[in-house]
Amino acid sequence: MSLSTPKLAQPLPLHHRSNGSSMSFHTFTPFLGSTHKLRLIAPIKLNAHSKSTAVSVSDAVKDKKPKSAANLLISKEEGLQLYEDMILGRFFEDMCAQMYYRGKMFGFVHLYNGQEAVSTGFIKLLKKEDSVVSTYRDHVHSLSKGVPARAVMSELFGKATGCSRGQGGSMHMFSKEHNVIGGFAFIAEGIPIATGAAFSSKYRREVLKEADCDHVTLAFFGDGTCNNGQFYECLNMAALWKLPIVFVVENNLWAIGMSHLRATSDPQIWKKGPAFGMPGVHVDGMDVLKVREVAKEAIERARRGEGPTLVECETYRFRGHSLADPDELRDPAEKAHYAGRDPISALKKYIIENKLASEQELKAIEKKIDEVIEDAVEFADESPFPARSQLLENVFADPKGFGIGPDGKYRCEDPKFTEGTAHV
Amino acid sequence: MATLFQGLGLVTPLSSSNSFESNKLLHPSRTCRSISERKDGIFVVRSDARVSQLLKRRARTHDLLVTNAVATQGGSFVASTSKPGHELLLFEALREGLEEEMERDPCVCVMGEDVGHYGGSYKVTKDLATKFGDLRVLDTPIAENSFTGMGIGAAMTGLRPVVEGMNMGFLLLAFNQISNNCGMLHYTSGGQFKIPIVIRGPGGVGRQLGAEHSQRLESYFQSIPGIQMVACSTPYNAKGLMKAAIRSENPVILFEHVLLYNLKERIPDEEYVLSLEEAEMVRPGEHVTILTYSRMRYHVMQAAKTLVNKGYDPEVIDIRSLKPFDLHTIGNSVKKTHRVLIVEECMRTGGIGASLTAAITENFHDYLDAPVVCLSSQDVPTPYAGTLEEWTVVQPPQIVTAVEQLCQ
Repeated sequence: MSLSTPKLAQPLPLHHRSNGSSMSFHTFTPFLGSTHKLRLIAPIKLNAHSKSTAVSVSDAVKDKKPKSAANLLISKEEGLQLYEDMILGRFFEDMCAQMYYRGKMFGFVHLYNGQEAVSTGFIKLLKKEDSVVSTYRDHVHSLSKGVPARAVMSELFGKATGCSRGQGGSMHMFSKEHNVIGGFAFIAEGIPIATGAAFSSKYRREVLKEADCDHVTLAFFGDGTCNNGQFYECLNMAALWKLPIVFVVENNLWAIGMSHLRATSDPQIWKKGPAFGMPGVHVDGMDVLKVREVAKEAIERARRGEGPTLVECETYRFRGHSLADPDELRDPAEKAHYAGRDPISALKKYIIENKLASEQELKAIEKKIDEVIEDAVEFADESPFPARSQLLENVFADPKGFGIGPDGKYRCEDPKFTEGTAHV
Repeated sequence: MATLFQGLGLVTPLSSSNSFESNKLLHPSRTCRSISERKDGIFVVRSDARVSQLLKRRARTHDLLVTNAVATQGGSFVASTSKPGHELLLFEALREGLEEEMERDPCVCVMGEDVGHYGGSYKVTKDLATKFGDLRVLDTPIAENSFTGMGIGAAMTGLRPVVEGMNMGFLLLAFNQISNNCGMLHYTSGGQFKIPIVIRGPGGVGRQLGAEHSQRLESYFQSIPGIQMVACSTPYNAKGLMKAAIRSENPVILFEHVLLYNLKERIPDEEYVLSLEEAEMVRPGEHVTILTYSRMRYHVMQAAKTLVNKGYDPEVIDIRSLKPFDLHTIGNSVKKTHRVLIVEECMRTGGIGASLTAAITENFHDYLDAPVVCLSSQDVPTPYAGTLEEWTVVQPPQIVTAVEQLCQ
C-alpha cells in the first residue's frame, strides 16, 4: 500500500469530451475494474449539460502532501487497533455465513466482507456519544462502535440476549448504550433518522445550551440509496441547517444485481455534495488509512459546527448482496481485482513494512479475535430464545397505548399481556 | 390568556375572588364529566366520574399525567375552581396546549412546513417562533418523508418533536417513516429507543378543497402497530389531547379537522390533560348508542336534536381515541342501549367504522339487539362540486333515518 494521500477527485473539465469518446471520463476517475467491462456492454453517454462548476472539495479538506517515511499516518497502538477492528469484522462475518448455512440464523443476512476499511476508518474516530446510523449491512458498524460480539451474534440467532432482544434481527441492530441507531431494512429510511440525531445534537447545543455538546452522527448507506429521494432531501436539510452529520456512501458498485452505472445518470456521487452546498469527497474505500484521513477532517468539520460532508468511499463487497444472493452477475475479473486490494492485507503489509508491529503480534490479534468469535457463538447458542411473555412487551413505550378493555382496566394490566397470550 | 400552571411545583392556588360552582365549567353537552380533585395543580378529567381510582392507578403505575410536583398548599380538596375560564377558538386551544408544553419542557419542539415565520397555515403555531426561536419552531423544506424521519430520529435521541403535516394528506409521503420507523423502532430495537413524537395536522372533507386535500388518513394508519391515534373535536379536548399527546412516551397521531378550527368554546384556565385512550360521553341516552368522532360529532348532535323531538333518546359518544378503542365506555353504552350506530367521515372500506364494527361485534355480540350500522363517507374521491361533495359525507337526515330504522 502506498503512502499516497486519499484521492480527491477533481472536477471534470468540460473540454475533455472533445475527442468524442463517451468513455473518456473513465480514465480520470478512480473507479477501476467493472467500468472497463461495462463499457463493452452498454456505453454510457455523458450528459452534455453537466457543467462541472461543482468543486469537488472544500477548503476544509486540503490536498495533503505525501508524508515522508519517517512521518507515518498512524502509531503502533492505532495500527493494532485498526487491524483488530477489521479482523473482528471479517471473522465475525465469516462466522455468520457458517452459522447461516448450519441453520442457526435465518432470513436476510447481508455481509460486509471487503468493506471493513470504511467502518473501521470512520467509526474508530468517534466518541461513545457520537451516533452511527446504518442500513441492513450493519453487523460490522455495530461491532466497530463497540457493541459486544456476543450481543450481535445472539441477535442474529434470535435469542433474548441479543442487542435488540431478538426482536430486530440481522437488519435491526440497535444499541442505546453505544449510540447505534439502527439497522434499517429499507434503504434510505435511516438517513432522515441520522439527520434527526444530528438535529438533536445541534438543538442541545443551541437551545438547551449544553455548550459542550458536539456529538456527530455518521450515516452509512450504499450507492443504490443515492438515487433515492430521502438522500437528497436530507442532504438539503443537513446543509441548510449545518447539522453535525457525515454522509458516508459505501459505493460498492452494486445494488444486488443492479450496477451503479446502469442505475445512475451521473455515477460520481461525491459531486452531489457541492450541489447542496457541502464538500463532496471521493476516497479509496479499500484503504483504511486514506478513509481515516478523510474521516478525521469530515468529523472535525461537523464537530466544529461547520456542517455536513458527503464522503464517497469506493469499496467492494466480496460476497453477494446477501447470503441468498447467488452473485452470478458480477464479473470474476472484477472480484479478483478487488480481492487483490483486500483492506486487511493492505493494512497488514503497511504495518509490517513500516515496522509498526511484527507478524507474531498480528497473529496474536487474529487468535484473540478467533476466541472472541467462538465465545460469541457459544454464548449465543446457550442463550435462551425469547419467552412468549416478550411478545407484547416493547410494542409501546407506554403500554397504556393498548387501550382500555371492556372491563374498564387498561389492557396491559391483563395478566395475559405479561404472558404474551393476549390478543391485541 | 389562561393562567399557565407549571407542572413542576410552581403551582399557585387559585384566588377565590369569585365563588364559583363547578357546574359553570361544564359544557351542557358534557354533564357527565366531573372535575377531579386537584393534585399538584394538574387535574385529570375523565369522561365519567371514575377519577380517584384512575389517579390511584396512575400513581401506582405510570405517573404520566400527574407530575411529581410539590404538593399544593393546604391539601384540602378544592373542587370548585374560582375562575370561569376563557373563551377561544379550537386552533387557539391547540396553540395554547402546545405553548404550555413548550414552556414546560424545553425538549418539545415543532417541525413542519410554514410553522415558523408564517405561523402555521391554520395558525396553530402563530407567534411561537418569535417566542421560542427558529430552531424550536422549525420551518422545514417541503420534504415530508425526510422531515418526519428527522423528527423520529430527534425523538429517539431525546427530543419531543411535534411534526405538523400541513394537510394530513401530505403525510402520505411520510408513510414510510411513519409505518416503518415511528411505529416499529421501539419494538425492533428491543425497547431501547422510544419515540415520543406527535404527528398532527388537519384532515377531513372541507369546503370544496378537492379530492387530494380532503383525505381521511385514519384508515391508512390504523393498522400500524406501535402508534396511537386520537381525533379532537372541541377546543376543550383539542387542548387536552395535544398536551397528552406531547407528554406521552408513545408516538401519537393527532387528527384535526379543517372545518373545526374556528369552533369557539369556553375552557378552564387551570391546566388539564386528557386521557389519550378514553372516549368522551357527549350526551347520555337510553335508546341507541351513536359512536362518532371529529366533525361528524356535530352532524350527530344536529341529528340528535331532531331525534329528541321525535321522541328518541340517543346516547352520543365521541370515541376520540381511534386507536386503541375505548372498549369500556363503548361497551357500557352497548350494554345499556343494545343498538349501535357508527357515524364517521372515514371511507367505507377499511375505515375506522369498519374496525369498530368488528371490535363491537367481537366483544359485545350478546348485548346487541340489531346488527351494528355504520354510516361512512362514500368510497369516492371527494368531488370539487359542492353538491357532490355534500353527498359524499354523512348528513344529519341520514343519521335520523338510520336511528329510526335501527330502533324499529
